[in-house]
Amino acid sequence: MSFLLDGEEVPFIPGQTIMEAARAAGKYIPHLCWDHEFAPHGSCKLCTVKVDGRFGAACTVAAHEGMNVDNRSAELDDKRRTLLQMLFVEGNHFCPSCEKSGDCKLQATAYELKMMSPHFDHFFPDRPVDASHPELLLDFNRCILCELCVRASRDTDGKNVFALSGRGIKTHLIVNSPSGRLADTDMAATDRAASVCPVGVILRKRRGFKVAIGNRTYDKAPISEQPQ
Amino acid sequence: MKSKVKIATTSLAGCFGCHMSLLDIDLRLLDLVQLVDFDRSPINDIKRVGACDVGLIEGGVCNAENIEILRDYRKHCKILVAVGACAVNGGLPAQRNHLDLRDILEEVYQTSPGLAPGSAIPNDPELPLPLNKVHPIHEIVRVDYFVPGCPPPADALWKFLTDLIAGRTPVLGHGLLHYD
Repeated sequence: MSFLLDGEEVPFIPGQTIMEAARAAGKYIPHLCWDHEFAPHGSCKLCTVKVDGRFGAACTVAAHEGMNVDNRSAELDDKRRTLLQMLFVEGNHFCPSCEKSGDCKLQATAYELKMMSPHFDHFFPDRPVDASHPELLLDFNRCILCELCVRASRDTDGKNVFALSGRGIKTHLIVNSPSGRLADTDMAATDRAASVCPVGVILRKRRGFKVAIGNRTYDKAPISEQPQ
Repeated sequence: MKSKVKIATTSLAGCFGCHMSLLDIDLRLLDLVQLVDFDRSPINDIKRVGACDVGLIEGGVCNAENIEILRDYRKHCKILVAVGACAVNGGLPAQRNHLDLRDILEEVYQTSPGLAPGSAIPNDPELPLPLNKVHPIHEIVRVDYFVPGCPPPADALWKFLTDLIAGRTPVLGHGLLHYD
């Protein structure tokens, strides 16, 4: 069974989403909150494609025989770029001083979609960091609310360290401990949640800038040419 | 002979790193001066900007003087370009934006240890007034092109300028477009 993705035939097994089938076929659909290890979340909308003329999130829409899916059209990439620009201005994303720079999915996706400017006015929010944990640092300034850490901690580590709190524009990442500090949880540096963050929120201490510029993940090749 | 493209450059709330990166095109500077004339720029120390084809702006906007200069460049330049992280998104200076300006000034000039007795926040009328927040330049004036990077690599500036001068839409590919 197969469907068309940007005019190319992509095989699928019944039950697979468009994203899963595309990944298996080595095709890149831009995404941030999706990771093949975890249940889809469908919140970032970066993976929005057009299925037979209708918008849908590739990570949640099931593949069907003969469907016609637009992915990297100018129309969709324009909308994706706008989503990225909104993510950039909502947080404090200062790449030159971020340890994750060069390995960051938000940044690499913005390069892929040729985001030249933030376009909108910046919020410059005030978000304190949490350096309480001996091995891990939390810098909430960069959170894009993808919930990958929430899913990894709950579903893989069985610990439930993270959660989203608040609603709408006030939604923010919190740590599930009475004090709200990471040091007062059972989080360990070896947890899946410690390495799942696509941006620079959850960082291992004493590791920053160890890899030279030029050798980082997305220095070598654009995100669209790397394994998803 | 075809008339040369006139370029003006300036650094607002920046560190001149982007200008250093421009100088970093090395021998290609000799090719560049065949194609362009420089109007106001730290390179030649001309004080007032005249009518130009291209204005390259380094740095964000952190005080009243920055706004005046930026608006002057916008008025005189047909094409205005935000060069580098600070012009594009405020960059390092904008990392003060979540702090109160008065708190910062008091800590730096009045309360931090080691200051001479009687130290006060500078208040000379010649000093431009700082703004409450540091702004990327597109929040003040219309901007035609953006070249990100801290600084943008010399090759990115060369590619951008040669595309622009040749009348092509400037495109920065993998390795030339980066935010750090």
